[in-house]
Amino acid sequence: MKTLANARGVAVVLVAAALVLLPAAVAATGNGFLLVIGTRIVIMAIAAVSLNLILGYGGMVSFGHAAYLGIGGYAVGILAHSGIHSGLVQWPVAILASGVFALLVGMLSLRTRGVYFIMVTLAFAQMAYYVATGLDAFGGDDGLTIYRRSQFGLVDLSNKVVFYYVCLALLAATLILVWRLASSRFGLVVQGSRSNDKRMQALGFPTYRYRLVCFVVAGMLCGLAGALLANHSDFISPATMHWTRSGDLLVMVILGGMRSLFGPVLGAIALLTLEEGLSEITEYWQIILGPLLLAVVLYARGGIDGLLEGLATRRMRARRTAPEPVDALAEARHA
Amino acid sequence: MLLLIEQGLNGVQLGLLLFLVAAGLTLIFGIMDVVNLAHGSFYMMGAYFAATATAWTGSLLAGLAFGLIATLALGVAIETVALRRLYGRDHLDHVLGTFGLILFFNELVRLVWGPAGLSLTLPAWLSQSVEIMDGINYPAYRLAIVAVSLAVVAFLYVLVMHTRLGMLIRAGASNREMIGALGINITLLFTLVFGLGAALAGLAGLMQAPILTVQIGMGENILILAFVVIVIGGIGSIRGAFIAALFVGLVDTAGRAFLPDLLRLLLSPKAASSAGPALSSMLIYLLMASVLVVRPEGLFPAARK
Repeated sequence: MKTLANARGVAVVLVAAALVLLPAAVAATGNGFLLVIGTRIVIMAIAAVSLNLILGYGGMVSFGHAAYLGIGGYAVGILAHSGIHSGLVQWPVAILASGVFALLVGMLSLRTRGVYFIMVTLAFAQMAYYVATGLDAFGGDDGLTIYRRSQFGLVDLSNKVVFYYVCLALLAATLILVWRLASSRFGLVVQGSRSNDKRMQALGFPTYRYRLVCFVVAGMLCGLAGALLANHSDFISPATMHWTRSGDLLVMVILGGMRSLFGPVLGAIALLTLEEGLSEITEYWQIILGPLLLAVVLYARGGIDGLLEGLATRRMRARRTAPEPVDALAEARHA
Repeated sequence: MLLLIEQGLNGVQLGLLLFLVAAGLTLIFGIMDVVNLAHGSFYMMGAYFAATATAWTGSLLAGLAFGLIATLALGVAIETVALRRLYGRDHLDHVLGTFGLILFFNELVRLVWGPAGLSLTLPAWLSQSVEIMDGINYPAYRLAIVAVSLAVVAFLYVLVMHTRLGMLIRAGASNREMIGALGINITLLFTLVFGLGAALAGLAGLMQAPILTVQIGMGENILILAFVVIVIGGIGSIRGAFIAALFVGLVDTAGRAFLPDLLRLLLSPKAASSAGPALSSMLIYLLMASVLVVRPEGLFPAARK
């Protein structure tokens, strides 16, 4: 991202401009539905960026990331149900509850590797799903309607444009946080552990702890997205944390491009627009989406970001030979 | 006592069905190193094929036989068209590719059979109860499921341990490249193993069809239970899958049957009736968590090269 004068830089600037100008376009055309979709895309982008933190940078294939969307959402829903409407209470609770769940899941699942990790994170998310369906006091299977959005004094979230910009600002903040984290010493250790965990341990890093902290941070960010999602739909139900949602989040990250800062944002835009577009064509749109995903996996590795990088030509080769973080750290230690 | 035996049988029956699904998953993973999320789709397709064929022929047995053959053929077809291209790729690629397959199958079923579920009625000779002990009656069909599953377990044991194909399967699980280098046609072997796994999942689905409603998404719940089973049992180990499946089946059934009553002894009735179902559905995940704390590789990890 040193120079913006390449295809990827152009794409990022265009997408950012489009996202910022979306409410103006909606006001001009009067197509309110566009803003609803736009808000949903921005919220899911936050969740996808948080997943990319562990999946792309940390190499942890979590198949249970939607659990945090649900936990964040239920924190807002349950508090609103019990008469606590202040966002200053609801949102921190949503983030903390997700963090605690991520800590428990992470402590167990990070003891495992590879396929075990995928299955264990999936199983724990499924457990959270079943617990939510068992919450009879809070709607159980049917979910919980949220009658008042989180209250923030002067900032009125029931105003659609205000809410959209709040979500967009939080997406920008998440991107900055993930960028700073990924390029910090902490981020380098996590990335080093992805490429060669044994070597990182031999260098003296307690990688388990680093990975666990990374896992918890990602869970908390996704919990925030869950709180936003519940406010957006004024509703929370177990369906939010259905395991196919976790699959959707994985698809967004892969489709956009793993290990790229903006990739997951592009992926969220692409997947949700594709869903809307395909469902315009046919009621049975998943019959097209399914094989399309398979094709992306088989033939378009690196996702949209990879395509853009391909357009950026030679820079690709230079990046490929860049030293792995583990080597950079090793050199730093020796110096 | 009565209840205990009945629930015990239910637990064994669930365990055996879980084993049929988990055995295919663990075989496919052990030999081809592929995570197949679409395995639950074969379970679902088996049930749909059987329900449709039973409606056509009017005979349950013909329907079940057709369902079994059709899932085997479907498994072979899917392996040839899609899965084969995923071998040697990252596990993440497997997860995404087969996730796409699940979306495809679920939507295909909705398109062909409609969103409403199907049901299968049992013929008279299977829908009666059998007196298995003094004063204990148990549905004949459930006993038949247990009998068929046990026969399949025996068949798998003989197949894997005492035939040439089984020898290749075991050899493939311990060192893929080597058996290829020894001149074995691994492309064919992989297709056969995948078809076998699909047929086992299909068999589990079609045997459940007369008990549950045949519906979209039925394969996914069982798939996640099967994941729990193979995580507990150790990935790649059929023996581990068998023991873990029975264990999970019994714990899940016992939890659902007895936990709410047990809680009632400790908590107020209101708290017990709301915590009971949630806690009993968490039970097997807690079981998995405690196994992971002690043995992160599962109880019977397959020996890797």
